[in-house]
Amino acid sequence: MFGKLSWSAIPLHEPIPLITCMVIVAIIFGTLLLVLLKGWAPYLWKEWITSVDHKRVGVMYFLLGFIMLLRGFSDAIMMRSQLAVAYNAPGYLPPDHYDQIFSAHGTIMIFFVAMPFVIGLMNFVVPLQIGSRDVAFPTLNSVSLWLTASGVLLVNLSLGIGEFSRAGWLAYPPLSELSFSPGVGVDYYLWSLQISGIGTLLSGVNLVTTILKLRAPGMALSRMPVFSWTALASNLLIVAAFPILTATFAMLLLDRYLDFHFFTNELGGNPMMYINLIWAWGHPEVYILILPCFGVFSEVISTFSSKPLFGYRSMVMATMVICVLSFMVWLHHFFTMGAGADVNGFFGIMTMIIAVPTGVKVFNWLFTMYGGRIRFTTPILWAVGFMVTFVIGGITGVLMAVPPADFILHNSLFLIAHFHNVIIGGVVFGAFAGYTYWFPKVFGFKLHEGWGKAAFWFWFFGFYVAFMPLYVLGGMGMTRRMQHYDVAAWKPYLVVAALGAVLILCGIVCHIAQLVVSIRSRHRLADLTGDPWDGRTLEWITTSPPPVFNFAVLPNVKGEEAYWGMKQKALAAGQLAEEPIYEDIEVPRNTPTGFVTAFFSTITGFALIWHIWWLVCLGLLGAFLTFVRFAWRNEDEYRIPASEVARLDRERRRTRSAVIASGSIE
Amino acid sequence: MSTQHEADWQGELAPGDERQGDSGASGGVRGYLLALALSVLLTAASFAVVGTKLLWAPGIPVALAVFAVAQMGVHLVFFLHINSGPDNTNNILALAFGILIVSIIISGSLWIMFHLNHNMMPMNKLTDLHLQH
Repeated sequence: MFGKLSWSAIPLHEPIPLITCMVIVAIIFGTLLLVLLKGWAPYLWKEWITSVDHKRVGVMYFLLGFIMLLRGFSDAIMMRSQLAVAYNAPGYLPPDHYDQIFSAHGTIMIFFVAMPFVIGLMNFVVPLQIGSRDVAFPTLNSVSLWLTASGVLLVNLSLGIGEFSRAGWLAYPPLSELSFSPGVGVDYYLWSLQISGIGTLLSGVNLVTTILKLRAPGMALSRMPVFSWTALASNLLIVAAFPILTATFAMLLLDRYLDFHFFTNELGGNPMMYINLIWAWGHPEVYILILPCFGVFSEVISTFSSKPLFGYRSMVMATMVICVLSFMVWLHHFFTMGAGADVNGFFGIMTMIIAVPTGVKVFNWLFTMYGGRIRFTTPILWAVGFMVTFVIGGITGVLMAVPPADFILHNSLFLIAHFHNVIIGGVVFGAFAGYTYWFPKVFGFKLHEGWGKAAFWFWFFGFYVAFMPLYVLGGMGMTRRMQHYDVAAWKPYLVVAALGAVLILCGIVCHIAQLVVSIRSRHRLADLTGDPWDGRTLEWITTSPPPVFNFAVLPNVKGEEAYWGMKQKALAAGQLAEEPIYEDIEVPRNTPTGFVTAFFSTITGFALIWHIWWLVCLGLLGAFLTFVRFAWRNEDEYRIPASEVARLDRERRRTRSAVIASGSIE
Repeated sequence: MSTQHEADWQGELAPGDERQGDSGASGGVRGYLLALALSVLLTAASFAVVGTKLLWAPGIPVALAVFAVAQMGVHLVFFLHINSGPDNTNNILALAFGILIVSIIISGSLWIMFHLNHNMMPMNKLTDLHLQH
């Protein structure tokens, strides 16, 4: 009846997961109770959960990422503290549990922290920046979000029901095959990533279509802001790369469920093919994450240096070159797998070449800052911190692109330090820069600067204290994924690294404090003009927060930095352009399709993991019926009358006119 | 680019929506029926080639590959409406990008995997005890 599921799946004899589970369940029920008692449930359901507005979907993506950052980080600090005490000792985490923790840490941080951060930012910003009213397929967008959430739910269920994968964040076979991992851990891993991967792919299709088809009049590709360009590149990569991941996981699933032999040791299977395929997705994936962050830094640096971006065209070229080259370097993740000098040499050189466009970008940012009047706000601190940190990470990357060097450093902590160097220094810093930069646009008030700066400095120094020792340890020969060790010389470095993790924890606490303090003093921090940073791109033309239709009248773009041009014209004339003629606007209706689909996907995934076949059928049927119901809907839009549009926009024009009359914006 | 875009707005066409009165070989019910027939034919031909002795045996995989690629072509033209029409630039570019990536991945994987096997001792020799002194 319940497949492999029985009471023994609950970890009653393991105190750490059990207590964690009870705390999480208590928090979830507490939150639900609070929502119900305060009567917030209808608001949340109508305005957020069923929302198809790209801005709200973006915010929910980002929130999801932040919550999972807490989960991923608790895994990280457990690993660091385990290694700080596990010299000649078993430590407090048994190997079986430790292996699950490092697998979960990597999986969560990439798929459920970095991806939601980046997709959330793109979702919120891209339609505003290209002057569009929404993404191309609003309901699909909501489906993507909730499918990602479904994956998150499954990963976290593994904490309390059953176990998680012990096979590392990419689940290499043959270890992940049924013969070596007979439990449900790898199945949790595979199904949660399959479900959320579909969400990511749909989101990629959606944003590519949006950028190619829904730009405002006059917004030629050659006038599109750099963030939107990087979003285009990143989403093209999603569309091209995620099917590889899905197909690879599907083959591993066939191995595990139906006795296929794609990647087994015996009967003609070849585990190396899995490693080849997974990295054919995996390398583009890191560029999917980093490219939009490059875009964030481009916007932030240009805005706060009060200058147009240096070398706009070279920036776009560099982005697109990276987009294509990122598909030609994947072998550098497995130089040591046994390929000959021809193959290793080719991929080594390609890896070094891909550093060139990235270098172009760094110089462009530097030249943008050079001679600019730089305002040292929190976003630009993240940007400068990024440039310093990312260059170091890039250098260690180019070092490891040399195959002979990689033979020494492969699978050592040097590698771990390298990719945390680029992912924390690049993606995480980028996400936080974007978060602080666009927060006033999202909610209508700025984030508190003091707490933001404190968060930056804790993260910045915390990163260096936590990961520089790992470079040294890698050089000393310490390999990754060790649960305990007996080399006395390693211990001091591991203790320092653990202290670094504590500093990063302080950074995260500062973030939470910043949010709380900012919400409490939201009236003092309010952004009344809609343009708090003296911005240059179209998202700053509308109010903060933007109305549901984004723009009362679609902006007519006349050049690069569309909004900056309009603003200068208005300032010179001393008044805004003439009032446009307002028309009715059709806005897509909210729909629970996404939430319901994800609900059934979660059920299907859970049932597949535990081999509960009748529930699989039920879940699939439910998802299909949801789709049918959505496809046969009658009304999918509602009309906002021109008078209402005019009322809202006149209000915006009034505040704008006051600012223009006073001569400058802030 | 931008003028065409404005036209899309005026026509209130959502991305992916078909314009009314789309004619030509790849449009309308006739197009879909033709495509269905072609697809069935190509699929049947694949099975026929494998099941009979029409073709020289070593040529069968090549024939299957040809039928598969032809099948993809039919799907792209008739179902996904990739053609050389004026507002198809994006679709053509997307297809070109897709073909580029697929060829990189396939040729790269073949090269890598061949190299791996090339540098490894074949399984039957690895288990051959005469070679393990």
